[in-house]
Amino acid sequence: MNYWPLLGILLVVAGFALRLNPMLVVTAAALATGLLAGLDPLAVIATFGKAFNDNRIIAIVWIVLPVIGMLERFGLQQRAAAVIRSMQRATTGKLLLLYLGYRQITAAIGLHSTAGHAQTVRPLVAPMALAAAEKEHGELDEKTAERVKAMAAATDNVGVFFGEDIFFAIGSIVLIQATLATYGIDLAPLQLAVWAIPTAILAFLVHGARLLLLDRRLRKPRR
Amino acid sequence: MITLHWLYVLAGAMFAGFAILSAADRSNGKRWGNAAFWGLMALSLLAGDLIGDLGNGLLVLGLAALAGFGLVGRGNPPTTSIEERDAWSAKLGNRLFLPALIIPVTALFGTLLYTYTPLGASGLFEAKRETYILLGLGVLLALLTIFVWLRPPLLTPLQEGRRLIDSIGWAAVLPQMLAALGVLFAAAGVGDIIGGLTRAVIPEGSIFLTAAVFGVGMALFTMIMGNAFAAFPVMAAAVGVPLLIQDYGGDPAVIGAVGMLAGFCGTLMTPMAANFNLVPAALLELKDQYGVIKAQVATALPLLVFNILIISVAAFR
Repeated sequence: MNYWPLLGILLVVAGFALRLNPMLVVTAAALATGLLAGLDPLAVIATFGKAFNDNRIIAIVWIVLPVIGMLERFGLQQRAAAVIRSMQRATTGKLLLLYLGYRQITAAIGLHSTAGHAQTVRPLVAPMALAAAEKEHGELDEKTAERVKAMAAATDNVGVFFGEDIFFAIGSIVLIQATLATYGIDLAPLQLAVWAIPTAILAFLVHGARLLLLDRRLRKPRR
Repeated sequence: MITLHWLYVLAGAMFAGFAILSAADRSNGKRWGNAAFWGLMALSLLAGDLIGDLGNGLLVLGLAALAGFGLVGRGNPPTTSIEERDAWSAKLGNRLFLPALIIPVTALFGTLLYTYTPLGASGLFEAKRETYILLGLGVLLALLTIFVWLRPPLLTPLQEGRRLIDSIGWAAVLPQMLAALGVLFAAAGVGDIIGGLTRAVIPEGSIFLTAAVFGVGMALFTMIMGNAFAAFPVMAAAVGVPLLIQDYGGDPAVIGAVGMLAGFCGTLMTPMAANFNLVPAALLELKDQYGVIKAQVATALPLLVFNILIISVAAFR
């Protein structure tokens, strides 16, 4: 067995640990791994290029930026904050809890790409969460503001990750099914999807509890 | 039929616009680096299928060099001040949400309508790509609405888009690079090697310990690869199928489905999952680029434990 390609993994870990530029780390790891596996240098570059081109769909989501940027120009973030300030009972935690549920439910019916960090978190969810926190807490120090924004992003991730596998026609379910089929284990997508439900419920409970705890921490009087 | 290719052209044209406006932005000391970087992205989207595998490879090396050697900076596109934004917000009121909702509503109801009515049989959209195509349609509708309603200068969408893409920078391209890295790892046989090594360290006879190695292995390997999809075939080959399913007779549906979810717990804890963890940190202008990961660890770890428990209990009921 040729163990040398494992050095590629070591490069990735070391590169991130040393905080080198990730674009360089990933490229160096890819080239090193290919070469150590005995591939011809030009073939390594071509394989890397083909894979990059095959994954262009990842770049599609950026087409929302011009719209989001234009709406920001006309005060969308300020508007989102104003709405939250006008709601008496809105809190950061309750607001994010609502978004968590929305994200899990829409993902579970196959609509995971209708929301996201660029589409919804930056223009709407994060400014609303901040406004709600300010209402409870007064002016936020930088550390608290960072914490609230980070939780808004985290809530999006948790919602989509632990919602989407309930939808049986999603990539990960297809991948599980295809992988197991190579061992002669034939499963229907629905058989797999139902087993995503317990974790989805627990994800809502665990992350939801953390969101409500965040509220409690924000409510503490400042000294 | 409207295919993904139309979207590549739309996105490619947008990046080309970013490149041209970057080149013209004298306030940015690194304007040529920015122009080259977004220009290469435009080339990839517009002509990726024409320039051959090696051509694409050289293009990626160019992107990595520009980003890696600090040649990409941040432009200063014209935009409104905070005071102007407050004034617009007060003037436009909640109507400002309507154009913002056009994109998600078009994608959401469009997909539902297309999937659950005879429209789906029309073959208007490329199969399984409906949501993406409707997302693009939503973007165009929203742009049109804003132009008709607020009449901004013609270049506004490109300048405002450039403002946001510059705040994300090279992180916008990293996820695609990581997907390509995963392909190279697979081509080099990294998966088989890891699988062999994992099997060598597993204690024999304990269902719970084996399930724990499977779950933790999924999470760890996902953290290294940035993607649970890359980890699953490896851990299934190493532990899931030969030990949990074949030796101990576990339910493959539970082991497969929950194993993947254990991997997702790893995704929450790694900078390698750049599009979920680093990109939002950049988008939200966090000081700490690992801030999102730190906010997720306390959710991910209990869920990982829970997933391992489900596997060791529900798969062997």
